[in-house]
Amino acid sequence: MSTATAGGQKRNGKSVRELDSAAVRFVGDSGDGMQLAGTQFTNTSAVFGNDVSTLPDFPAEIRAPAGTIAGVSGFQINFSNHDIHTPGDKVDALIAMNPASLKANVGDLEDGGILVVNVDEFTKQNLAKAKYTNNPLEDGSLKNFRVFEVPITRQTVDAVKQAGVGAKDAERCKNFYALGLIFWLYDRPLDVTLRWINDKFSKKPEIAAANTLAIQAGFNFGETAEMFPVRYRVNRAKLDPGKYRNITGNQATALGLITAARLAGKTLVYGTYPITPASDILHELSMRKNFDVRTYQAEDEIAAFAAVVGAAYSGALAVTASSGPGIALKQEGVGLAVMTELPCLIVNVQRGGPSTGLPTKTEQADLWQAILGRNGECPLPVIAAQSPADCFWTVIEATRWAFKYMTPVFVLTDGFLANGSEPWRIPAYASIEKITVRHASDAATFQPYLRDKNGARPWAVPGTPGLEHRVGGLEKADVTGNVSYDADNHHKMVGLRAQKVANIVHEIPPQPIDGPDSGDVLLVSWGGTYGAVRTAGQRARAKGRKVSHVHLRHMNPFPANLGEIVHRFKHVLVCELNMGQLLLLLRGRYAVEAVGLNKVQGRPFMIREITAKIDEVLGAK
Amino acid sequence: MNAPADLPTLQPKDFKSDQEVRWCPGCGDYSILAQVQKIMPEIGVRRENIVFVSGIGCSSRFPYYMNTYGFHSIHGRAPAIATGVKIGNPELDVWVVTGDGDGLSIGGNHLIHTIRRNVGLKILLFDNRIYGLTKGQYSPTSELGKKTKSTPFGSIDHPIHPISVAIGAEVTFVARTVDVDVKHMQGVLKRAAEHKGTAFVQIYQDCNVYNHKAFEFATDRSVKDEHVLYLEHGKPMIFGKNRDKGIRLNGTTPEVVELGKGVSPDDLLHHDEKCAEPTLAYLLSRMRHPDFPEPMGVFRCVESPSYEDLLMGQIRAATAKLGPGDMDALFNDGDTWNVD
Ligand code: SF4
Repeated sequence: MSTATAGGQKRNGKSVRELDSAAVRFVGDSGDGMQLAGTQFTNTSAVFGNDVSTLPDFPAEIRAPAGTIAGVSGFQINFSNHDIHTPGDKVDALIAMNPASLKANVGDLEDGGILVVNVDEFTKQNLAKAKYTNNPLEDGSLKNFRVFEVPITRQTVDAVKQAGVGAKDAERCKNFYALGLIFWLYDRPLDVTLRWINDKFSKKPEIAAANTLAIQAGFNFGETAEMFPVRYRVNRAKLDPGKYRNITGNQATALGLITAARLAGKTLVYGTYPITPASDILHELSMRKNFDVRTYQAEDEIAAFAAVVGAAYSGALAVTASSGPGIALKQEGVGLAVMTELPCLIVNVQRGGPSTGLPTKTEQADLWQAILGRNGECPLPVIAAQSPADCFWTVIEATRWAFKYMTPVFVLTDGFLANGSEPWRIPAYASIEKITVRHASDAATFQPYLRDKNGARPWAVPGTPGLEHRVGGLEKADVTGNVSYDADNHHKMVGLRAQKVANIVHEIPPQPIDGPDSGDVLLVSWGGTYGAVRTAGQRARAKGRKVSHVHLRHMNPFPANLGEIVHRFKHVLVCELNMGQLLLLLRGRYAVEAVGLNKVQGRPFMIREITAKIDEVLGAK
Repeated sequence: MNAPADLPTLQPKDFKSDQEVRWCPGCGDYSILAQVQKIMPEIGVRRENIVFVSGIGCSSRFPYYMNTYGFHSIHGRAPAIATGVKIGNPELDVWVVTGDGDGLSIGGNHLIHTIRRNVGLKILLFDNRIYGLTKGQYSPTSELGKKTKSTPFGSIDHPIHPISVAIGAEVTFVARTVDVDVKHMQGVLKRAAEHKGTAFVQIYQDCNVYNHKAFEFATDRSVKDEHVLYLEHGKPMIFGKNRDKGIRLNGTTPEVVELGKGVSPDDLLHHDEKCAEPTLAYLLSRMRHPDFPEPMGVFRCVESPSYEDLLMGQIRAATAKLGPGDMDALFNDGDTWNVD
């Protein structure tokens, strides 16, 4: 993955090699603080000016037995001097804090890659817990890598002695030691992390001191030990000018929701129930009470969405987020929102399914659930975010649709986007277009189901004199909204609801194509796979192949020109982290002979997997 | 509740919608509808601020017949939907209409949690101890051994006791009334309307098609005085046509005693609806026909901050402390950097 640029220099007797990009993964036991180390490395790289893309990997259990494979936690960062879209296929450097984490991750390390191991933890007992029969540090199995055995635990404990913390707290600083060493290795400054330590532990100065000592010791070890002959540098990326911050998908979703509410002049009501990997949206929003954000942690997923429907009826911007199993429970309520034509958002942070599935792993297998997963003819618009920062814009767009068309809108993100991060170019609030909301107020002309030119019914909120009316889940008579069991009326209303959703096509710009408008292969993807597929398409074109890429964010309705695009290519290759859900929709809708690249391993695509499939489709080598 | 000064004077008929009422002739729901419409002009709330939310079942048709805002929702979810309405706009006066199946079976979870949060909702539970809309299966309040379409050999489910459940969830207002006792119902409904926080009212309702006379003991004029205890705050618990019986506590167990013969009203349990501890209210909820006269009226009425008051209090406090949210400050929170 790392690509060296020509040139280099010597500093302190060590040579510095410049790279265009590098992918680094910190792995250890879930108690080892790897997420923190990874996040700090990311923030430092982002503030330094690299483009970054990250992939945290959480164990499924909160406290799996220490030292086992089940308890391994990891964090991967790809940082570069140019625009990048993915956390990287293979990694250039792996920092393994124990045998189990080495075993679980060494397969993703590039040949010739850097492997830093905490040799102190390679005890007989820990090797047994990781089910190693031989010590991999001794049996030659790591000979393809540049292995650096560092006594991280011992050195950390020594380094932090003077801070006067207990033995346990001292040992806990070892993630900062490792981080310091990797900061040195990639020539990163310490100041962002040092600031963070001081903020975070302002009330525990001895812990702050210990962590500071640990990170400095790690850094100095790189500098002074004879072990590392070279260090690396990845220069700033040429991103679009502006002010940036690093943001995860869940943070961007939360910020987008607060922004959408403000743009519409609405109170944000967020009804939810804790679920991995969506809960961070709740955590983020519940801190924002001074933005009149009303978060509601309900007794279950059903109640969470029921409250959203009630809040929408009362006139708020009402939103829920969950993941597949929770969405399954909400769908009855979503049907009610479709029937009562109330605006609201349902965010699905997709994870591996079915059932409880793989809670901490990513997947895109809930597309059908969003589009089709309700009883009756129950269409609603579906929109999918393509990168962590894009979640911000996606929920704002969804809110515009919801209010204009009086409809629930499904927003699809996934675990990879939710926890992954990238630099976000911070917009000026005033530069974002306001969201128009119309409420009925004229009693003389009001009819609960009289539609406007878009097909939307009026939003008459309780508290408005003279507009007292009734809504509900029973079929409504056209215009009056009274209960109706009339056969023709039902047929008509099903059509009107479908037409209203179909009308949203007028909001959707023509689908852009990356690459020529016609050719041999059209790659089609949607949602969080954007980065990998885009990069694979670009690399294929660089090799002279006639490959273009279409990345969808509007899943229902599709952009108006999509049907025409898919017929202009010899092959259509639909890449998804499911078994072919978009594929079936495209075939059904456009009768196109498309094929799928499908993967359900709880992990994002690797670029080379897509490249290989392109070659296969083209019959090329 | 303080009525707005310019509250228009309305009549019960102003709360009737233009929809034809479609319950079976003789159904107890008619009387409940009439009593609710009767008290609406007297509760001091503008009509446009009143919302009725229901679930699914015979009783849940109720909102269609009220000329207020109304939401006929999905099975069991009315308390959860109403909670959302209240969170979105705490100024609204929100009533929930539910039944024994809707509220206690499919929606039992929501009912309990709404009550324990003390959301400011008036919840009317029409309890007819049967599934009416689906044509006569036993409900969670049906008695053990009850023969219905789905229990030809008698129900083997122990019934749930709505008021005991509500008290278990620390309800702040709970009362019982019965469909045909119109004055009593009006009184109870007005008390519920005044309460801040969750007001839970169990209304014994006759389903004259599938469970007729289930509450005859409490409605038949010739016997009801012997089987019903009207609760009055601060008063001894006396009942009977001749007001010659009372409830006395024997250890921790209530017992029926005859007055006179050495037993004076002072020896009887005195009702205290404002008691902070729900023990007495719970004990009353356990007094059941035929062993005891069943209490009617307000079991418990205590003050406690409502969910929406606490919610808005947090919002006000956060706004006072941090200032009204500034979007650009929010966007620029944390570590940022510039690219030129
Ligand atoms: S079935 Fe029973 S409860 Fe339902 S409307 Fe008829 S009488 Fe009333």
